[in-house]
Amino acid sequence: MAKDIDRRIIGDFVDNGVDFVTSVPCKQLAGVIEVLDQTPAIKHVPSNKEDEGMGLCAGAYLGGGRPAIFMQNTALGVVVNTLATLIQFYQIPLPMLISYRGEVGEPVACQVEMALHTKAILNQLHIPTYHFHRPEDVEELPGILNHAQMCSKPVAILTDATFWRTAT
Amino acid sequence: MIRHDLLKTLIPVISDQLVVCNIGAPSQELHALDDQPTNFYMLGTMGLASSIGFGLALAQNKPVISIDGDGSVLTNLATLSTIGNNPQDNYILLIVDNGSYGSTGDQPTYAGGKTSLAAVASACGCENVVEVSDEETPEALKAALASKKMTVIVSKCDSGNVQVPVIKTNPITIRDRFMDAVQS
Ligand SMILES: [Mg+2]
Repeated sequence: MAKDIDRRIIGDFVDNGVDFVTSVPCKQLAGVIEVLDQTPAIKHVPSNKEDEGMGLCAGAYLGGGRPAIFMQNTALGVVVNTLATLIQFYQIPLPMLISYRGEVGEPVACQVEMALHTKAILNQLHIPTYHFHRPEDVEELPGILNHAQMCSKPVAILTDATFWRTAT
Repeated sequence: MIRHDLLKTLIPVISDQLVVCNIGAPSQELHALDDQPTNFYMLGTMGLASSIGFGLALAQNKPVISIDGDGSVLTNLATLSTIGNNPQDNYILLIVDNGSYGSTGDQPTYAGGKTSLAAVASACGCENVVEVSDEETPEALKAALASKKMTVIVSKCDSGNVQVPVIKTNPITIRDRFMDAVQS
């Protein structure tokens, strides 16, 4: 069941001009994906794996579109090569709305293992990274989306369990 | 016929079409045969030519031909289900199936063994799938373009490469001239 926070996030993507989103689902992203599918301004094409999704995004960008990807932080273990050799090498702007599993409030111990590597991988790849922990952190989203377009880079928006639990 | 000779026979059909070409030998051979701004050469990222071309077809209306390889399709097999479930009639996926990883020394792929990529594409929901010989490929591609129906062509050809230079063009140059060609 989508909440106001989900509608606000999708609204910010629409206002930024994002017209194509691919996703691989996460429980924490269920609400935004639900709103996404009710948003005619954005074409949503789910992908099977996040590197495939980034291929779709690169193609959409080459076609004059403005893509974004919604995914879980565990996927950073999948997409390092694609980020480096496609998204960064060809300078494709790509906002990544990332469910940051494995932070405080996480019920599944295994998720903590990739949480420990999440910021390290993003730092290693020199990807601008923003961490939404408090509900008011979402106020930064429009600026972050503009920033991705301005610098033609992938940017990571990490959204953790506390953010999703406390935002209304 | 090896991939290089197959590509040579395709040039009259694809020269002015938007082409997303697979990493390594396929892009290098296409670049040497007929470098065009309408060609997007992948310089890295094995397996994503199908997906990049499909994203491009989703975003605009001009026909798009992804030239992928059997080994590369095997590494991103699930994208065939994304393609099959979201048909775009301006999209053609041409799989050059030489049964080997051509760019890395012609090691055999499973597509050269018991795996049929045409059957996989059909099972993934792609509706117009044809498997053709190398000689039949230019006509099959022409027919696919004329049909204006999303088509997957599996072109069976021989394993082998020719010596061509690596692509030295800056990736941003490849990107920008391709994007200009898409918009023109
Ligand atoms: Mg091959």
